[in-house]
Amino acid sequence: MQERVKQKAIELLENGTVDRVLGWKTGEFFYDLTPAVFTSREEAETNFVFSAFSGANLSKYLIAESRKGGKVAVFLKPCDSYSFTQLLKEHRIWRENVYAVGVQCDGMCDAEKLRDAGCEGILSVREEGENLIVGTLYGEKTVARKDALLERCTVCKSKKIVTFDELIGENGEELDSDRFAEVARLEAMTPEERFDFWRGELSRCIRCNACRNVCPACSCEKCVFDNADSGVRNKAAADSFEEKLFHIIRAFHVAGRCTDCGECSRVCPQHIPLHLLNRKFIKDINELYGTYQAGADPETKPPLTDYTVSDCEPSVVYERGGKP
Amino acid sequence: MKTIAISELNRLFEAISGGRKLYIPAEDGAGQAKFTPWRDGLKLTDKLNTVRSAKDLFFPQVENLVNFKVTGKQIEIIENRDISEPFAVFGVRGCDCRSFDILDRVFLSDPVDTYYQTRRENGLVITLACTRPAETCFCGTFGIDPASPGGDVTCWMEGDALYWQANTEKGKALTAELPMLRDCGEEAVETQKTRIRGALEKLPLRDLDLTGFDGEHMQTLFRSEKWAELSESCLGCGTCTFVCPTCQCYDVQEFNTGTEVKRFRCWDSCMYSDFTQMSAGQPRPTQKERFRQRFMHKLVYFPSNNHGIYGCVGCGRCLQKCPIHMNIVKVARTLKEEMK
Amino acid sequence: MPVNEEFKPTIVAFCCNWCSYAGADLSGTNRLQYPANVKIIRIPCSCRLNPMFILRAFQRGADGVILCGCHPGDCHYTTGNYYARRRMTLLFSMLDYLGIERERTRVEWVSAAEGAKFAATMNEFAGTVTKLGPNRRLEDLRCRKE
Repeated sequence: MQERVKQKAIELLENGTVDRVLGWKTGEFFYDLTPAVFTSREEAETNFVFSAFSGANLSKYLIAESRKGGKVAVFLKPCDSYSFTQLLKEHRIWRENVYAVGVQCDGMCDAEKLRDAGCEGILSVREEGENLIVGTLYGEKTVARKDALLERCTVCKSKKIVTFDELIGENGEELDSDRFAEVARLEAMTPEERFDFWRGELSRCIRCNACRNVCPACSCEKCVFDNADSGVRNKAAADSFEEKLFHIIRAFHVAGRCTDCGECSRVCPQHIPLHLLNRKFIKDINELYGTYQAGADPETKPPLTDYTVSDCEPSVVYERGGKP
Repeated sequence: MKTIAISELNRLFEAISGGRKLYIPAEDGAGQAKFTPWRDGLKLTDKLNTVRSAKDLFFPQVENLVNFKVTGKQIEIIENRDISEPFAVFGVRGCDCRSFDILDRVFLSDPVDTYYQTRRENGLVITLACTRPAETCFCGTFGIDPASPGGDVTCWMEGDALYWQANTEKGKALTAELPMLRDCGEEAVETQKTRIRGALEKLPLRDLDLTGFDGEHMQTLFRSEKWAELSESCLGCGTCTFVCPTCQCYDVQEFNTGTEVKRFRCWDSCMYSDFTQMSAGQPRPTQKERFRQRFMHKLVYFPSNNHGIYGCVGCGRCLQKCPIHMNIVKVARTLKEEMK
Repeated sequence: MPVNEEFKPTIVAFCCNWCSYAGADLSGTNRLQYPANVKIIRIPCSCRLNPMFILRAFQRGADGVILCGCHPGDCHYTTGNYYARRRMTLLFSMLDYLGIERERTRVEWVSAAEGAKFAATMNEFAGTVTKLGPNRRLEDLRCRKE
């Protein structure tokens, strides 16, 4: 698969289907791949990599790339294709300039997960059945593959590539995942426990804005949090409330548009489980307004720009979920 | 040289925190290391380094400067400095320890930043040698020796003992307060130093060479066409800046509480779109210019103004934390290629 | 807080211009009593209420926030309050999820003719928030008055 993706990138450049290819570029180590644009066969041959560490979702880059003129090819994993479709729905990407290649995925790993699993001085990795054998400066270490996976991959919602011009490998199906289990666990807590949980998590926030900047749904030209006139601009959290305000609004702003691609949690340097905020909105929307998956198709109206006369009243919150 | 058994660390920490607040690297809720105020029983982490650097303790992310209160036509100016008390920080690595030299050059040169100065005077740095450097470490490029990291006191942990060497007057005064430290020979530490230096030889980034990154090549480097390619996938977040031990840019902002105005300063990042925003416009209009600024500052401007000392200590935090894995090593390697 | 001094919560009531604000007016002209610490902010339609407004009110000292708008179906702009209803439901649920007391936020539909309902709602809401005590979980410490 890895080699086929690379060959496809080279082929598309060679035969003139596209002018540029958006993919992942090799780094200093095996794991530090950077999203990059390739314009020549030579570049692609030396530097293009698709591996278990190609976790970065490339769809947001298309907002700018598709406007640069010429045609750009992009490789989309199933979850990336949801973000891509959602951006198409919002008319943020110029579809005619994009050649989308869907690639199937068995779950993406992350060096931070390996570090969390106790690997120090990571130099190499190889797969052996269900395990990863990590070569380090201090000898080999075995890590179960599932422990090295990004959180989103451990509860993969779909193997289906929604929008594509060409497919490498088979298209998959939507999966039954228990991705709301952790949200449900929090909902079952008392308000005090929930408050303590979130205070503990959000107080680690350093306001680097990585979660916002990486989010394919956060595509405003200028964010309210960067606008000095908004009264909420802050480069650093001056007190504990500010992270809450930022994170509630960040998650609210993408509610109904968030495809649950999990990039926010992947990039958080402080390992805050930000996806749990987004998933709460998704779970509520599913329960209150009918199951909805953002980015699953280009037509359906997002739940927050829609309504029915018989929608529940906000007081439903007092009656449902969790202990009082 | 002094020593104490590692099993007695808690007692040592208790004694140090007798006269001051003590911070040690301990694991947070996500299992990552953070300089945490010591409390009885707090466990020292095994992790090589903290996510946020020791810079936080001398140059905090947010600090109050002054308050204003308006009553009728009177403006009252109220001193509102966060009070700095004596503190010690244990477990600082060689890279972070060097970062203080870099910060000192910025904050302690005229005009002196008195907020930073007070914390430097009140702070005691106890370093710890790195026995297991990571693949992302490249402090050697900057001549830092992680086997004897410096600071007021240097510590080594070898076998079941901690070794303690006071380097400065401050460090000696602290040592005098700690009767549980016993005198010992230097053999164990010397053995460890040799072993660490051996480990450094194996680091994948040991060959990073920054020759040519200096004032003379400023124009060539600034004009390089590689910047566009290097910065194209940069998200413009502040992760690299905020985990960096040497980034020292800040913004001064005001907050209206409804009854008074609080002026505070907070870290800023040259990667942000409103950094250098002026009424006349933004001289760094795209991410390319912002990105270039960050690396030109560390690799060219800073050394050309500071006798060749780079604005980087090779701690490797940005290598681990950048969401898109773009970092100073990749930038330096790409530009170096260009200069040939 | 001194024991003998009764806690009087600060309530921020966002009222839609067309129904609820007129309802508040009517309760005034009818000389119906509601707590003086209910601060009314007029908005053009209930769907104008940005969730940020609610959070900012809490940040700056509100102990309870209530949104009043036209009854569903009666919106001056036909559908504004339907959107507001979904947004507020999700926002309140999120606040609850973060461990914020769920009774501190409320939505009530009050028409221009319902002066009595407005006063009763405010009295009852102020009573609920008084029982909860001061807002500590969503306040900005820098804005604390004492």
